[in-house]
Parts: sequence; C-alpha cells; structure tokens
Amino acid sequence: MLKINNLHASVEDKPILRGINLDVKPGEVHAIMGPNGSGKSTLASVIAGKEEYEVEDGEIILNGEDLEELSAEERAHRGIFLSFQYPVEIPGVSVTNFMKTAINETRKAKGLEDMPANEMLKLIREKSELLEIDRKFLSRSLNEGFSGGEKKRNEIFQMAMLEPKLAILDETDSGLDIDALRIVANGVNKLKSKDNAVVVITHYQRLLDHIVPDYVHVLYNGRIVKSGTAALAHELEAKGYDWIKEEVNA
Amino acid sequence: MELKEKLVSSFMAFENTVDVDSPVHDIRIDAMKTFEAEGFPHKKLEAWKYTSLKSILKNDFSVFPKENEALEYKDIKKYFIHDIDAYKIIFVDGKYSSHLSATTHDGIDVCLMSSALTKPKYKLIIDNYFNKIATKDGLSSLNTAFSAEGAYIHIPKNRVVEKPIQIIHFSTGNEAALMLQPRNLVVVDENSHVQIIERHQSLTENPVLTNSVTEIFVNKRAIVDYYKIQNDKQSASLIDNTFVNQKQESLAKVHTFSFGGKLTRNNLNFYQNGERIDSTMKGITIIGDKQHVDHNTLVHHIEPNCESHQDYKGIYDANSTGVFNGKVVVEKEAQKTNAFQANNNILVSDKATINTKPQLEIFADDVRCTHGCTIGQLDESAMFYLRSRGIPEKEARGLLMFAFSNNVLDSVKIPEIKSRITKLIAQKLGVNIGFDL
Repeated sequence: MLKINNLHASVEDKPILRGINLDVKPGEVHAIMGPNGSGKSTLASVIAGKEEYEVEDGEIILNGEDLEELSAEERAHRGIFLSFQYPVEIPGVSVTNFMKTAINETRKAKGLEDMPANEMLKLIREKSELLEIDRKFLSRSLNEGFSGGEKKRNEIFQMAMLEPKLAILDETDSGLDIDALRIVANGVNKLKSKDNAVVVITHYQRLLDHIVPDYVHVLYNGRIVKSGTAALAHELEAKGYDWIKEEVNA
Repeated sequence: MELKEKLVSSFMAFENTVDVDSPVHDIRIDAMKTFEAEGFPHKKLEAWKYTSLKSILKNDFSVFPKENEALEYKDIKKYFIHDIDAYKIIFVDGKYSSHLSATTHDGIDVCLMSSALTKPKYKLIIDNYFNKIATKDGLSSLNTAFSAEGAYIHIPKNRVVEKPIQIIHFSTGNEAALMLQPRNLVVVDENSHVQIIERHQSLTENPVLTNSVTEIFVNKRAIVDYYKIQNDKQSASLIDNTFVNQKQESLAKVHTFSFGGKLTRNNLNFYQNGERIDSTMKGITIIGDKQHVDHNTLVHHIEPNCESHQDYKGIYDANSTGVFNGKVVVEKEAQKTNAFQANNNILVSDKATINTKPQLEIFADDVRCTHGCTIGQLDESAMFYLRSRGIPEKEARGLLMFAFSNNVLDSVKIPEIKSRITKLIAQKLGVNIGFDL
C-alpha cells in the first residue's frame, strides 16, 4: 500500500528526514516511535503533502503511484488521512459543514455527484455514535474551544467519515484521558479492515495497548534505526530511548 | 468646464425647477455657497488622504438626466431582495419610478422626498429634521443644494413596521455620464421599529457618480436596522454620507456590504443624544481588480451609559485598495461609555493595500474603549488542514475567507438578506461553498 524509499526531507534547508524506508501493507498497523525531535511529525506531514517540507531525495509510493507531484488534497482524494497532533481551529465553519464540504469535494474529484443529504445525515449519525460524539458538538465551529480530548476525537470522527486507505495518527494519544483514549482507540479498531492500513505515531506505548501494532519502528535523527514487533514498544516503555541513542551513536 | 463650475452654474437652472417658496429654499442657497467655498475634497485633507476623487471628477457628468426609458421589473428583479414582501421606493436615473415602487401612507409614510419637500402636511417634519445633522462639508452641501428627490420615511410612534423598505437607485446609462444626488430622510418616532435596505445599481458601463445623503433620526426607544448593499458595476462610484441621530434607549444598526464599484466612500456618522443608546456598525468588504472602498466612521458619545460596536472585515484581492478610518469621540459627560471597534483584513494579493486607522478621542475618565485592527494573509496551517481533508486549494481559501467574514452576518435579522449576502460572498470569492452559513 505505502512504500517509502530512501526519503530525505528538509524544512528551510534544515535536513530532518535522512533516508526513511518503510513498507506498509493492507491490513497492517505500524507504530512509529521515537524521542522528541526525531522527525516523526515531519514524516507524517511529508506523506500528507505539506508544502513547507522539501523532499530532497527518495520517493513515497501509494498503491503504485508516486506522490511527489500531488497536492495535499489530491493525496487525500487517493485515501491518505492525517490525524493532526494539533488540529487547527476554524471559527465560523461547523464540524458538519466542514465534513460535508470535505466529502463532497472528494466525491467531486472522483467524478461522483454530491452525497444526498439524507445519506450524509445517516453517515454523520452513525459515525458520531461510533465515537460517542454528542450531536450538539457537530454544530460547533471546527475545533474552536474544543478540549484536547474533543479535538482528537473529532479527528478520528473525520477519519471515520472519510474512510481513508491509509490513516496516519500523529500523537493522537497526547492530551487524552483514559476514557477518551479508549473511545478513540475503539473507533480506530472498528475502522480497521484488511484493505486499509494505519500508521500510529507516538512517543509513548499506552495507545499501543489499545491499537496493537503489527510492527514497531524507532525513528531517531531522521532514520528508522530499529524495527520489531509490539514487544519492542514495551521494551521502549520500560527502558526509555537512551539505549537506542547509545546503540546508534556507538 | 470643470465639474465644480458646471454644478455651480447649473444650480440657478435647478432652482427654477423647484419651488422657491419651499422651506428648504434658503437651506439650498446656503449649501451652494458652502460647496462653492469648499469644493470637492482633495488628498490634502486628512480624511481624504487615501481616497482620491480626481480621476472620477474628470468625467463630463450630466447633472440633469433626460427622461429615462421605463425599466421592466423582470429585467432588474435580481437587484431586489425579491423573495420578501417589502415596501419599495425605486428611482431610475434620479427620477421616481411609480410602477416599480410600492409606497404607503397607511399609518406610516413611505414615500418621496419630492412630496415631502413641497406638500404642507410634511412641513413640520421637514422643518424639524431636514438637514439638521448632515455635516456642512463640500459633498454633503452639494447634495443639500441639489436635494429634490429620494426616499422619505416617517414612522410615527409605537409602530413595528413588519415589511422592510427597499430603496433602490438605478441608473440606465441613458446619459454618457451621470451624477446623482439622492437625498433620503428617515424619521422613526418613539418606540417604533423599521428595517431598510438601500442599493445603488448601475445597469450599463457608463460612468455614474452618486453623492448620496441620508439623515436618520432614531427617537426614544426606537429601533432602526439599515442594510447597505454595494455591489455596483466597475464604472460606478458612490459617496454615501449617512448621519444617524439617536435619542435615549434607541438602537441603530447599519450593515454595509461592499462588494463592488469603482470607488465607494462611506461616511457613516452616529451621534448619541441621550442615555443608554446602542449604536452598531458592521461591514464586510470583498473587492478585487482596481476597486477602492473607504469606510470613514464616526461615533460621537455625548451622554453617559451608551454603547457602540464597530466590526469591519475586509478581503482585498488583485490591485484593490481599502481604507478604514474609525473615529470614536467620548465627551467628558459621557461616563460609562462602552465603545468597541475592530477592523480585520486579509490581503489575498500582494498588490492589494489597506490603510486602517483607529482614532480615539476620549475626554471622560470612566469608560471602556477597545479597538483593534489586523492585517494578514490566510493562515497556512489552516489551509493545509483543510486541504489534507480533500478540500482543494481554491475552495479551502474560499471557506477560510467565508469563515473570516461570517460573524458579521450574525446580526443580520432578515434571513433573506442573510442568504443573499452569503450568495454574494460566495460569488465574490469564486467558490461554491455548498452550504449556507
């Protein structure tokens, strides 16, 4: 599904990613862990098509297609979804209207008609129940005045609405209390299928208790320095990242 | 001949066409003297530093339009808020059009300035209110000198006028270039409520310059909601001089939607003559090309315990230019004043400019006055967020600009106006938003 080969990326001439290789197959869950500043969020943004990042070398292939020339919206239309670490507040646009626009623009890009209003309402009802979102919440301005937990839950609600092929969850666990974490993880698990894939970016292991990864990768200094199974996450939780740094720097 | 000379020499001929025994005869003569002395404003005047009339005044404007051709309602329906039942006072090339209008004398007067200035039954109101708050600057004086036609609205006390009143001034291009001087008077007596929509619309590419004066008297506990829709042709310019005099516990709101026209200057002045008055001025400006919009506002807080709210949003594309000059004066007696002013702008193009200048003159010591202005570009992180959800760049931009100007519409009470403005904004931004705000 997603294949990243030797990816180098920089922002304002400062190299951040220094040769990433990653292969994610349909039905898999990959976790990318690592200390602060290792390049985790940059990797997420580069896959999603943020323009500030310059891809210096390497390639990102989604289902056989090189993403290099594609804009953020075109990548979204092809099934990439990024759950933001810090979702942006957009006053004046309600959650519902935002989702309607996103879904219909995606349909338009695929040559489809707008989703009929009753179908849209049904979908919104179904997915908001999945994430235990109150109906009143949906008429509020997008992320404006939302608590940390509400923002993250709203991100996964959007993911549920858009049904991406590849979902990247960037630090989705940060700022979540245990109940919200359970709801979010439960939502992600229910959306998982053999045809889609999830990349979970996290600093801590606790989300991975709920969304169990098939593979765990450790990102350090812009490179994946270690890969393993879910057991690696537990080891990192117990021992921290210093031993990885020592291994790499040795 | 320069326009000023042409106007001065036309004045005699104009005077012959109107009743010289009219109570406003002397007012007109005085006003003409003021115009002769002051002339048109120029860039050396502080209040006109960023707005130049020079190129517009070069046109050879007709001052007295010929008889115009009749307009068919179906051809101009789109300029009306046509999906509501409304009173209508419609002018074509400065002349009243009876077949397009729907006036009334049933308990309220929604009719013509030409009647009010000549018929004895209106004399008392004219004596008490006409030209009492319009300033004696060159442009307002010019209008006063030529004041003959416009809307006359008088709402006696304790009336809630359910139907809004639409005032539309059409120009047909019958003249190669036309100058109009509409004069409106609105008097709302104690405890009454009225809603008014005003529009100036040119129907061809021939240059039009409208120099309009509107005096609005909002008496004790009265409510006035006034909507100005400015979306004229590229060849049309408007100088709108509006004066609002409020008495105690009254409420007046003026919304100004400026979406087009070559040059638009809004001189909007509020005078608070009483306690516990609320004055609101809101505006959305969305322009491009070489369009120019200048909002020049004044709130004069004269008595204690009053409020004023100003909220102007601007989106400027291409080579457009904007000005916001908001003056708030709080007199020594006006303690406990609460004055709020905000002017937020987005420059879409790097060739667009906005000059924004809050001016606070506060002589009282127990007041709350806040003001803020911002000039910015669209938030790039918000753009990426929207695009990452599949919303294309153009639509994302439109959505963010929509959201930016959205809250100004919260105070629009007539749903049909709200939806019309929403559509105009979408059209202006070139996007199909796909939902109503």
